Amino acid sequence: MQCFSLNVGVGMDYNWNWSVFWDFAPGESASYLHWLVTGTSWTLATTLLAFTLAFLIGGTVGTLRTSTVRPLVWLGNLYTEVFRNIPLLVQMFICFFVVPELLPLSWGDYLKQDLPYPSFFSAVVALTLFTSAKLSELFKAGIESVAYGQRGAALALGLRPTQMYLNVLLPQAIRVVFPPLTSEALNTLKNSSVALTIGLMELTAQARNVSEYSFNTFEAFTAATVIYVAISLLMTFVMGRIESSLAVRGATR
Amino acid sequence: MIQMKNLSKWYGDFQVLKDCTTQLSRGEVMVVCGPSGSGKSTLIKCVNGLEPVQEGQISIDGQPVTGRGVDLPKLRARVGMVFQHFELFPHLTIVENLNLAQIKVLKRDVTTATSKSTALLERVGLKAHAHKYPIQLSGGQQQRVAIARALAMDPIAMLFDEPTSALDPEMVNEVLDVMVELAGEGMTMMCVTHEMGFARKVADRIVFMDGGEIIEDVKSEEFFSAPRSDRARSFLSKILQH
Amino acid sequence: MFDLDPSVIVRAMPALWNGLKFTLLLTLVAMSVGIVVGTLLALMRLSGNRVMRGFALGYVTVMRSIPLVLVIFWFYFLMPLLLQMTFHTERPVQIGPVMTAFVTFCMFEAAYYSEIIRGGIQSISGGQKQAAQALGLRPSQAMLYVILPQALRRMLPLLLTQTIILFQDTSLVYVLSIADFTGAASKFAQRDGRLVELYLFVALVYLVICYLLSRLSKRLKRSTERTA
Repeated sequence: MQCFSLNVGVGMDYNWNWSVFWDFAPGESASYLHWLVTGTSWTLATTLLAFTLAFLIGGTVGTLRTSTVRPLVWLGNLYTEVFRNIPLLVQMFICFFVVPELLPLSWGDYLKQDLPYPSFFSAVVALTLFTSAKLSELFKAGIESVAYGQRGAALALGLRPTQMYLNVLLPQAIRVVFPPLTSEALNTLKNSSVALTIGLMELTAQARNVSEYSFNTFEAFTAATVIYVAISLLMTFVMGRIESSLAVRGATR
Repeated sequence: MIQMKNLSKWYGDFQVLKDCTTQLSRGEVMVVCGPSGSGKSTLIKCVNGLEPVQEGQISIDGQPVTGRGVDLPKLRARVGMVFQHFELFPHLTIVENLNLAQIKVLKRDVTTATSKSTALLERVGLKAHAHKYPIQLSGGQQQRVAIARALAMDPIAMLFDEPTSALDPEMVNEVLDVMVELAGEGMTMMCVTHEMGFARKVADRIVFMDGGEIIEDVKSEEFFSAPRSDRARSFLSKILQH
Repeated sequence: MFDLDPSVIVRAMPALWNGLKFTLLLTLVAMSVGIVVGTLLALMRLSGNRVMRGFALGYVTVMRSIPLVLVIFWFYFLMPLLLQMTFHTERPVQIGPVMTAFVTFCMFEAAYYSEIIRGGIQSISGGQKQAAQALGLRPSQAMLYVILPQALRRMLPLLLTQTIILFQDTSLVYVLSIADFTGAASKFAQRDGRLVELYLFVALVYLVICYLLSRLSKRLKRSTERTA
């Protein structure tokens, strides 16, 4: 356990301590490193679960918005505008504080008292709704950009609308949509940190914890920064591999 | 006036100009022609330093263009250039297009610049469009504005890089007419063009290029009546069929 | 089940209004400074100087990889220490949450705006630069009078979209306990115990403002596409 005291000029006595992560907080049974690992797990769990659900919901809503059935388009637009234009923080507050109050008494009580990990639950719900609205925009744009003629050609061959979507439009749209999709995946990772305001002990919250207990603020936040950058790079890499495996030869885009 | 000696230029491994040497005297009109890919556009862009050369020297009115420590912007202000795709500044009005360089480079004040611009616009027949934006003008009109914009700098020479190639046929003549008039006033001009009718009427010298080399560099009448090389002969026969 | 008391909104109005003013001010300042600094960063990314290019690339990449909340904490906890080091004061210089918020958002948004502006600059055809140079304009003049005006106009819809995101992100000053629009509602709600009405009201106001702004952005996009 090394402790360097760095004196730069007058009055600067920040104690640099890069091995702080192996220290234990006063009275705690886990090391600071363990705190960060826990935080990272919550961050990853929230991000991956929310993004997957948002992908499915956003894909569905986006597709609905391109259909010829007016009520469906209208519903899809309503969903998208509501969940896209309310800040994520406010949505998290509403999920966590407001919804339990508005639900029938028994449900509300369950959410407030018996639900395990209520912060995680609210965080995932809010993040899913918010991200799915953004993804529905992406999917709508992607489907509309796929060669106009594809729609007519598919219908002329006698495909029913659902078949046309599943077999012709969506496969091509997914490839168009991939770059901004990767970008939104990274946004979801970053947005997961907002959940610290409703009590989720994700990575940023843990980093602040470590800094408050150990006073090694610089080391704590650097560690969090490095971890976020590492996860970003990993996600970009994975999305890139998925994108290559979807490549279709001979497509016009 | 404009001298080029032993110019050679490569794009990576590909040699686009091979040991080109020629010169243009004051008041002369030179037309550079040749098949696509012959390097003629590249050559003219080297004259005012828009394209760098790896070997050779260029000088304008005794001032070097190549070499270290050359103040290119200052040199370029003395030579006007007209581009194939007009390249007017879309966010400025016509008169602002003409004023910009006068004010920022020649340090003229707004009033002087505007009166010069208006006079030039009148000369090319476009004074009525002074406060419009380029997008509101036709291709031929835009190119005439581009010529006026270059003339606003009182250049000692004018470079034309395929000025009519991007124009619809019915607009080609309005631009060529301006160029003929300019030549008649004694402007030193170097034109890259396919318009052989124009060349015949106005050019003093023809430079024929192919594959990055200068194949012929002769007086205009000689070129049209008795081209020396086979390549020039076949080029002329293809072009002059129309 | 529903025991709503809309009058709490009326009672909270002065606080909410002050909060909204702060939110709008922060958004406007961060947008203005962000675009200016973002332009500088974009120019640095595109410059021939390797040091400048590397610095701008590093800055933009890091800022865009980490959450805004983390950036806020970085500035809040570390700026006092940095200033202490720079100015050799006895104790860390106290910045205060409001100043931290302004500096953080300006620096954060600059990274995002710079990517948009860089895209805009690169989308302007090379012929424009050549035409400007051929007239004798120096590279800085060509950039200032010919390229940048076109790039900024072209990127206006994307810049506006980023501003809408910024507007929503300002709610995160909550972590510094600042009374912006959301923060003011939160403080009032906790005092009075009426979370439901206030948070729903806040959500509604954001919804209306952001919706209108995004409609404006779509209209701008269509009109720039027409004149292009």
